Amino acid sequence: MNPWLRLDAVVAGYDRPVVGPVSLELGPGEVLGLAGPNGVGKSTLLAAILGDARVFAGRIERPAGVRLAHLPQRPIRPKELPLTGREWLTVLGVAGDGLPSHLARSIDQRMDRLSGGEHQLLALWGVLAGAGELVLLDEPTNNLDPQHVHLAAQAIAARREQRATLVVSHDHAFLQRVCTRLLDLANHG
Amino acid sequence: MDEVFRHAFLAGLPLALVLPLLGNLLRLREEWLATLGLAHLAAAAALAGMGLGLPAVLGAPGGAVLGAIGKYTSRQRSNSVYALMILAGWAITLLIAANTALGHALAQAMVDGQLYFATRRETWLAGAVALFALLLLPWLTPRLIRASLLPTYERANRLPAWRWHLGFDLLVALVVAVATATLGLMATFALVFVPAWIAYRHAASWRRAWFLGAAVGLCGYILAFALALALDQPFGPTLVFALVVALVAALALRGARAAQGR
Repeated sequence: MNPWLRLDAVVAGYDRPVVGPVSLELGPGEVLGLAGPNGVGKSTLLAAILGDARVFAGRIERPAGVRLAHLPQRPIRPKELPLTGREWLTVLGVAGDGLPSHLARSIDQRMDRLSGGEHQLLALWGVLAGAGELVLLDEPTNNLDPQHVHLAAQAIAARREQRATLVVSHDHAFLQRVCTRLLDLANHG
Repeated sequence: MDEVFRHAFLAGLPLALVLPLLGNLLRLREEWLATLGLAHLAAAAALAGMGLGLPAVLGAPGGAVLGAIGKYTSRQRSNSVYALMILAGWAITLLIAANTALGHALAQAMVDGQLYFATRRETWLAGAVALFALLLLPWLTPRLIRASLLPTYERANRLPAWRWHLGFDLLVALVVAVATATLGLMATFALVFVPAWIAYRHAASWRRAWFLGAAVGLCGYILAFALALALDQPFGPTLVFALVVALVAALALRGARAAQGR
């Protein structure tokens, strides 16, 4: 099966190159973990795939029709916004059923009144259950306690077959748990 | 009610309903100050149009739409740009007032509120733009919420986002222009700003924020209209007074609820 994402010797950065050259392929059913210490360029590589960072060399290919969903490292959370979790999922075109029980209890609360962990889990669920087939997750365990990390891992596993997922995390144990393969950027290139 | 006042009342009613709904989205986009800029440009264009013999409701959209297009094409979303729009509109208004036969009184009417000049034409136009906004908002709202909370989505998927961003800017310009020419600059900005502020603090959901914002706008408008008429006061400041009373009541209610919860 053709990959939904192909990076061919990509060198990416902003004013100057930060990461690369990196080559990888990602297809449906796969969860690829990008590991490496802080500053190695994991988030920059995601930004390059999103079109927000400069590609100095190499190619990024994504077949037409494959939609992309992205969980940023710090999901935007306005200080004051009368929008419930359920309404946010509706905006994303996601049905409110099948939610983890932890999330189901707070789904009708305003998003600005959720705890940091609840908000992160809601953002993750919205990305995973949304329309995007190619999913980029940047530090999905931010703000999550061990119980929420467990729920996050379950959510990624539950959607794995219909998605091609790229996960960036400094949490090596989490990557080991959810990924079908790992790429350590510190030893790559 | 006298026919003059009946037209004036009916012209403002749909605007008092729809301006708070736009205010909710402008607050989400942190663009409420842009409205004041657009309203100033609309007031200046209305006055310039009146100098050429055009009614205010036909002159005002020219300035506001130009401001909206300038805002969109410059890709600037900073308070500095909005402040520049306010200053430009203000300066043009005062220059027109000083150098034409329209004089100070008309310029003052644009700022304070010139609701009682509304005729059947303003009533129909206000109803039409409000209806247009109500038809467009269900399509615009989810796209604008997603763009605010998940901006990478539309960029990464190469969506035609200009449709809803420019569309919203032009809709705001149109409604604000008609409202500025009908209700006056001060009342227009007050109806965008205050109901949304109350709704953001108190509503339990976006849907309720729509209802709360619209209810505050409509009740404030009706109260202000009655007070201004009964006490022979300018409409704009009276509306601001009514909305500030609603805001203080809402804050007091919130304080009382918080105290109960402790």
